Parts: sequence; C-alpha cells; structure tokens
Amino acid sequence: MTAASYLRLEGVRKRFADVVAVDDVSLDIVQGEFFALLGGSGSGKSTLLRMLAGLERPDAGRILIDGVDVTAMPPYERPVNLMFQSYALFPHLSVRENIAFGLRQQGLPRDRREARVAEMLKLVRLEKLGERRPDQLSGGQRQRVALARALAREPKILLLDEPLGALDRRLREQTQFELMNVQRRVGTTFIVVTHDQDEAMTMATRVAVMDGGRIVQVATPPELYENPATRLVASFIGDANQFVGKVESVAGGTVAVASPDLGISLRATAREPVAVGTEVAVAVRPEKIDVREQAPEAADNVLRGAVVQIAYLGDISLYHVRTSGGAIVRVQETHAERSSDPHYAVGDELHLVWPAASALVLTA
Amino acid sequence: MNRARWLVTAVPLAWLGVFFLLPFLVVVAMSLAPPAPPGHSPLPAPGELLRSWAANGLDWRHYGALFSDSLYASAYLNSLLFAGVSTLACLVLGYPLAYGIARAKPAARAVLLLLVVLPFWTSSLLRNYALIGILKGNGLLNQVLLATGIVDRPAEILHTDLAVYIGIVYGYLPFMVLPLAATLMRLDFTLLEAAADLGARPFDAFWRVTWPLSRPGVIAGSLLVFVPAVGEFVVPDLLGGPRALTIGRVIWTEFFSNRDWARAAAVAVGVLVLVALPLLWFERRGERGDAAT
Repeated sequence: MTAASYLRLEGVRKRFADVVAVDDVSLDIVQGEFFALLGGSGSGKSTLLRMLAGLERPDAGRILIDGVDVTAMPPYERPVNLMFQSYALFPHLSVRENIAFGLRQQGLPRDRREARVAEMLKLVRLEKLGERRPDQLSGGQRQRVALARALAREPKILLLDEPLGALDRRLREQTQFELMNVQRRVGTTFIVVTHDQDEAMTMATRVAVMDGGRIVQVATPPELYENPATRLVASFIGDANQFVGKVESVAGGTVAVASPDLGISLRATAREPVAVGTEVAVAVRPEKIDVREQAPEAADNVLRGAVVQIAYLGDISLYHVRTSGGAIVRVQETHAERSSDPHYAVGDELHLVWPAASALVLTA
Repeated sequence: MNRARWLVTAVPLAWLGVFFLLPFLVVVAMSLAPPAPPGHSPLPAPGELLRSWAANGLDWRHYGALFSDSLYASAYLNSLLFAGVSTLACLVLGYPLAYGIARAKPAARAVLLLLVVLPFWTSSLLRNYALIGILKGNGLLNQVLLATGIVDRPAEILHTDLAVYIGIVYGYLPFMVLPLAATLMRLDFTLLEAAADLGARPFDAFWRVTWPLSRPGVIAGSLLVFVPAVGEFVVPDLLGGPRALTIGRVIWTEFFSNRDWARAAAVAVGVLVLVALPLLWFERRGERGDAAT
C-alpha cells in the first residue's frame, strides 16, 4: 500500500473456546476510505469489527489507528465509534439526548454540545424529531439516529455493523446512497460489515472478502468482480459458472482446460502461470456468454445445449441450459428492447459462445 | 366464553371483598365507634352502632388521640424510619445481587434465584428465632467476633435497633432482589457496549444507562419492602429492645393488652393512610412516566 495507512491490522487473531473467529488478519486502510468487510455468517467479519471498536481484545496481533497502537485500549478511549446492528439506542433518552450522550461524556460545554447535536440532526434530516423517544420512530429514522449518534464525536473511523440489515428492501437501497452521501460530506473513514455483496459493491471503495476468519481478497468492486482470486469469491460476488478440470496446455496467458463435465476443452485466461496437469476451475459469468441459434464459425468456446428453465426478471432473462454432457450452464440475456417474452423457450437448442478472455482460471 | 371471563374476574373480586374490603370496613367502623360500656364486647353490634351514629354522629375521638398523644407520632415515625432505612439497606445489598443474577448464565441464574427464595421455605417465626440464636450475647455472631478478636467482650446486638434492621433486611431482601433481577434481565447489554463506545467508563455507563433503565425494578422492590416493613410486628417484637416502639407493636398492645379495639383500629387506619399516600404518588409518577415514553 503506497498511501499512508490510517488503520493497520497486523496479524490479528481471536479465538472463542475452540473456534478461531479471526485468523491472522493483516490489513491497511487509507484515510477517507469507504471500506467493506464482506462475508457470510461465521466468517469473522463481526468479530473483527468488534475488535476495532475495542469490545473484544485480540489474542494476538496489533491494531494501529493513525499510528497509535490501540490494541489494549478500552472502547471508551478509542477514537472510533460503532453503529450497532440493533442500533442500541438508549430507550430512556430522546433522540437529542441519544446524540448528545457521547458529547456529554467528552465534557463539551452545553452550547457547543447543542450546536453539534443540531448539526447532526440536520445531517440525517431529523431536525423535527429531536424530542421523540426511539420507540416513537420508524426503523429508518432509528437507523439515522444511530448514525448521527456515532458521528457526533467526530471519530477518526466510523464502524458500521450491518447498517442496513434491519431495513426493508426498498429503504435499504435508498439508505445505501444516503450513507455514501453522508460519508462524502463528513469525510470520515467508514468501515462497514455486511453479508450482502450488492451492498458492499454499491457503497465501498474497497472490499475485503472474508471466509473462515481469514481475508481472502481485498480489492475494488470492479477488480473483485472481474478478477476474483478464488472460486469462493467468484461465486460470492455475482454469479459464475464454474467448470473443474485439468490444465492440458498453456500458450501465453491462455490455457486449455479439459472439462470432464462438458466433454470438451475450454479456453480460458490465467492471471498467473499454471503448470500443465494442475486441477483448476474455469469461471464464466452468465452475462459473458453469448447465445446463438446457429453455430458460430470460429470461437474459443462453443457449447451446445437445450433450455430447461427460464427466469424472466424484466430487465434480463436467466436461462438454464443443459449441455449434452448433462451439465447445467447459466446464461443471462439482457432485454435492451421492449418485448413481452423472453427470446427463447424451454426445449430450444442453443449455442453458447464465449471468448477465452471472458473465462478465468482459478487455482484456489 | 363471556361467562368464563366473568367467573375469572368474579372469583378474585369476591375473595378480596370478603377477606379484605369487609374486614377493612369493620376496622374503619370500629375506629369510629363510641366507647363500649364496661363488661360489653369491645365490638358493638351493627344495629347498635348505626343507632349511636344516627344519634351522636361519628366518634372521631380516637383519631384526635393519634395527633394529641405523642406516643403514636413517635411510633409512626419509628416505623417509617425502620422501614425507610431497611429499604435503603435492601437496595444497597440487593442491587449488586440482582445484577449478578441477571448477568449470570441462564443455568446458574435459576440456581441463584432459588437460593434467594430458599429462606422462605421456613416460617418467618422460625427464621426470627434462629436470628435470636445468632445475635444473642453468647450467640454465633458473638462467638465469631470474639474468636477473631474483633471484640474483646460480647457485643450487645440482640434487643437493639441494629437487630431490628438485621431482621427486616434479612426477611425482606428477596422482595427487593426478585423484581430488580427481573428488570435487569430484560436490560439489553449491548446498550452498555454502546455507552462504552460513546466514551462512558463503566461507572458512567452504569449511572447513565443501567440505573435509569432499572428504575421500575427499584421502585417495585422498594415498595414491596417498605410497605410491609412499616407494619412489621414480629421482628421488632422478637429482636428489638423495649425502645423499638413500632406501630405494629402499638396496635398489638392496644388490641390485646389495653383491649381498646377502637383505638387500635384508628391506629391501623392511620398506618394505611401513611403507606397508601406514597403508593399513590409512585403510581401517578409511573403513569406519567408511561405517558412520556
């Protein structure tokens, strides 16, 4: 990492009883980033976040914020704030008092406290609801109070634990953009934990994919999508057809892989040199596959199959195509023009075509 | 369905009517009765009573005595003091206990709650006699104090105010702990994490989050201890000295030694008013609190 590291994790490890929740995680985050920790349940992402907040102490490793070692620092002394998944708003305090809680703890004089609370209420557009109690607010409003309360102390880093998890679908999309807006305006470094890949891809400047307590890949969303490091990342971020096989030949960056499932040899791109004979997987995203009725004249990869299932989603249709070998390939077709039906019907014989550049060889 | 619902409310209502309201009205009537002629029952017949009231009006004499005779005022005051200090002591001892129970693992919690109520499986009289054995001059407590060299001659504990406090706190502690533990168990402990995250040290987090959120339990527990402690008779009678003149003992003396049932009834009604007033106040406060949330 060339830019100065604002948050640095060095070999952080945490074990609960006989489960290793976070296993040797090292990470550098730059000031002003909107960083996402993405993973399924049990991937260690929440434990990692709690260690950043100081609510859990790592068994090994160091955490540095802005050059200061905070590994042993209790939560109430850390220059970070956490927005809890459940929001954890104080039910006995009004919205205003909730936001002022951390400011009173800082010993800020009353007038400056009130000014800061007003500023925060304005930031999250809750000026009129300052005297309400949390149980008199809607889910979305509560979420905004939690955000305002966590930002009020001007933390160096704001940690957000599944910030949209408790909201319904429509509100979630709207709130994603609001969060990005707020982050741009206050300029605080955001670290958000989520299990939702769309959320991570939409909001974050960089994403760390976690699995089994380890970080599998750290990259920008386009990089993550186009160049997944492992089979897990490829299937977790978006959708990917994966065919396993043995490397037959290598010519530059292009590799031929014999696929027993498909009965043919696939041509795909390898980012790193692979040896002939290696067991690998070839990943192809459904939208990168072209559908033809006639066999093409020349192509890197051509598969024949019959449509067995169609999912019409309005903007796209998703076909399940069964090849002669019995394998199911998922193919996506975009509806650029208005038409009432998907182009193909169940039983139609199709040719699936894609260039070697669209298929990726994954060794892990 | 409707009939069943009616029965469900009617049975406890009838119970309360027969065993609480009716006796209470008898006590009130007794307190307003004219003096009984010597040799007569201290409780006049209803017909006689009504005739006397119709002729001479209600007899407020005994209520006047409550104010004019300083004995009653000091007994009321004593009882309020014993009850108040004991309630405070129960709160100070019971809060950490309840907090510990609430934060214990569910399995341990059940055992701890059982231990809190276990003393109630013996009768209160037995427990107080046991306390006499512990507190008396050559009792267990003094033996320990002497053996450890904390005192060099037996401390006088039994038949002092201290013994009364020990007896009341021991007897009423579970009434404080149970509602407090129930309230604290419902407390969402992520709120304390949130407080710590917002810069609150453990003490501040307790004072600004745990304490205000446990107030319903504190109020319920305090009332459950304070109200019966005001009228407590057994503990001051068995453990207290002669100076521990509480309202419970005064009522007993008026009823059974002086056989002045009317005076005793008036004193009893006085206790009720004394205790009902703070109760009503808390009730109204509670309602206001609910309306605000």
